[in-house]
Amino acid sequence: MGGGIYEQIEMNWASWSDFFAMGGYALYVWGSYGVVFGLLALEIALLIQRKRSILQQLDRMRSAVHRSVR
Amino acid sequence: MVYVTPENTATGQERFIGHASWFKYSSPQMFFPLAGKLVPWFAVAALLFAATGLYIGFFVAPTDSQQGEAYRIIFIHVPAAWMSMFIYVVMAFWAGVGLTFNTRLSGMMASALAPTGALFTFLALWSGSLWGKPTWGTWWVWDARLTSELILLFLYFGFMALQAAIDDPRRADKAGAVLALTGVINIPIIYFSVQWWNTLHQGASVSLKSAPTMAATMLTGMLVMVLALWMYSIAASLMRVRCIILERERDSQWVAEYMSRLK
Repeated sequence: MGGGIYEQIEMNWASWSDFFAMGGYALYVWGSYGVVFGLLALEIALLIQRKRSILQQLDRMRSAVHRSVR
Repeated sequence: MVYVTPENTATGQERFIGHASWFKYSSPQMFFPLAGKLVPWFAVAALLFAATGLYIGFFVAPTDSQQGEAYRIIFIHVPAAWMSMFIYVVMAFWAGVGLTFNTRLSGMMASALAPTGALFTFLALWSGSLWGKPTWGTWWVWDARLTSELILLFLYFGFMALQAAIDDPRRADKAGAVLALTGVINIPIIYFSVQWWNTLHQGASVSLKSAPTMAATMLTGMLVMVLALWMYSIAASLMRVRCIILERERDSQWVAEYMSRLK
């Protein structure tokens, strides 16, 4: 790679609109990458949500125990 | 207090190996904070590898002479497909360890890996379908490679459904382990399907015949994306195993102490 990279950028894409057009395969290429990264982000969001709801639930349980002890 | 229940007391093996310094992490209580510390590192590594891999895939690797730009799906399709198989093997490994040594954390690791593995299986099928349409002219074909990958998705679903159907977590782990270990037979079938049968799916991507420089940048981009998905999978499954640990150990003393430290 090295010094050849910049020549290859010019070789690959003439402009940003050229880049987004993906040589006419935009639907297929961006349809793949969009769904992959969208669902991976969703998985992480759901995991954060799941941890939060467990902690809230445990917290409610704990305060219920404290009330019953008192 | 009612914190300690028989379900949450350590098994004999855990008490025994608790003395060895490394093996102490095989107890959910010890692994929980370790996993929490590891997650950010794997998450950052995943982002860095993904940024590098995408840069190589879109800006360094040149256009394919036969498939044009459609081939760029390879940088996500092949890594996702590899992960779908690899995660299954790791899942079955932990399920087998749990079945053999009766360690609780192993079963939890297996359960934590299944949804991420199923996700990558779906993504491999999805990106493959979007690659198949412009190159083969069809979204789907019932050939050996695609069909065995679809069976893999059903194996993940079966594993998760079976575990969800059994109330006792230890029994759910055992039943899931038997299913996971039986399903391992499908992995070599997927992998070698392109050699064993006449499939529409192309052979192994790593040996794609092209100009040498192109093969090198393509291979580099693909391998960096594989690393990104590895790091992602580790981060996601560690996050999930922490949830599973908290859910299963909710009545234990250490979770109570952890909760009071959060306040």
